[in-house]
Amino acid sequence: MVFFNDLANPVHFDRYTRWLFPAALGLAVLTGGAGLYFALFGSPADYQQGDSVRIMYVHVPAAWMAMACYSSMAIASVVGFIWKHPLADVAAKQTAPIGAGFTALALITGALWGKPMWGAWWVWDARLTSVLILFFLYLGYIALWRAIPDKARAARLAAILAIVGFVNVPIIKFSVDWWNSLHQPASIIRADGPSIDAAMLTPLFLMIAGYMSAYVAMLLASMKNELAARRLARLLSAGEEQMAGLVER
Amino acid sequence: MTRKQKRLGLVGGVLVLAIAAVGLTLSALRTSITYFYTPSELIALADAPTRAIRLGGLVADGSVAYGETASNQSAMVSFVVTDGGASTTVRYEGILPDLFREGQGVVVQGSLDDSGALMADTVLAKHDENYMPKEVADALKEQGRWKDGESDY
Repeated sequence: MVFFNDLANPVHFDRYTRWLFPAALGLAVLTGGAGLYFALFGSPADYQQGDSVRIMYVHVPAAWMAMACYSSMAIASVVGFIWKHPLADVAAKQTAPIGAGFTALALITGALWGKPMWGAWWVWDARLTSVLILFFLYLGYIALWRAIPDKARAARLAAILAIVGFVNVPIIKFSVDWWNSLHQPASIIRADGPSIDAAMLTPLFLMIAGYMSAYVAMLLASMKNELAARRLARLLSAGEEQMAGLVER
Repeated sequence: MTRKQKRLGLVGGVLVLAIAAVGLTLSALRTSITYFYTPSELIALADAPTRAIRLGGLVADGSVAYGETASNQSAMVSFVVTDGGASTTVRYEGILPDLFREGQGVVVQGSLDDSGALMADTVLAKHDENYMPKEVADALKEQGRWKDGESDY
């Protein structure tokens, strides 16, 4: 908690990002690069899917990050809404486009895999539909921020949307267990261990690490930009007031 | 109560209400959200559905037969979909997905005829949650441990 209170000071945030951003970016390049190598060349083809299984290494981490980003956004929204932590609002706001990107990537790669494997680009089963709703929640959240010029009010209303929308996250996770769905059930988080061969888990976990560090790097960079933009807007409006004062005199 | 506690209560209340509303909606829509019925669920339905339905299960071993229709069209295929308990005969005319084979999960869409067979207009292959290289699959088959602890449909 002390750490998070410390972060409320933008100068301290700047100090942390100075080393955290390059570290996250480096980690993303390393793990993502190694993950891509293993995903495309260093891992076996599936006994049924053949080489189409390689789509999974892009799809599964994207789908995980789509839900993880939404969860982070909801948590940051709670912190911003209740404790008025100034950076929490910014973190939630800047997470949304990244999460929307991961969701779109999961939907697109899923469709590319679905056509050859299932025989359909898209079906309206519970998993696919709930992920599409997640994508729309992200877009609605982004639109809400843009629709309200007053930042404090926008943060408050967007936070409520993010918190209410969080209901969808467990629905996505358990949709394959609660209802019959065309989408396969969980392969990694299972009571009896992963049902994915060890040779295929290596690229998958590397890719997940790559996606996570890429998210951290993108979030820090985009938060830094947002904070700078707000500082600039404050300076400009203060300058305008001064100018107006001079003209009156 | 401080303002912080009020906001905490508001967030908690909103979340509880949202969960309750969504939970009630989903349980009311239970049969609509389910993507397919299994043959057992189909039998358990009070009256046979007259509109198009989807049926899911495994293609029964040795049940796939081609061109066995009155008009004897070669693209016609018939097979049995089973969930271990009950089974339903499916007739389909068209191109089957690559993953379609005996013992494989499928979801078929169509309507029931008078004999209780499903006249399908779409056949989708269902992929299960197992991923492994061909060598591992072969080794498992050799050791007779193939499909051990397979999740039920």
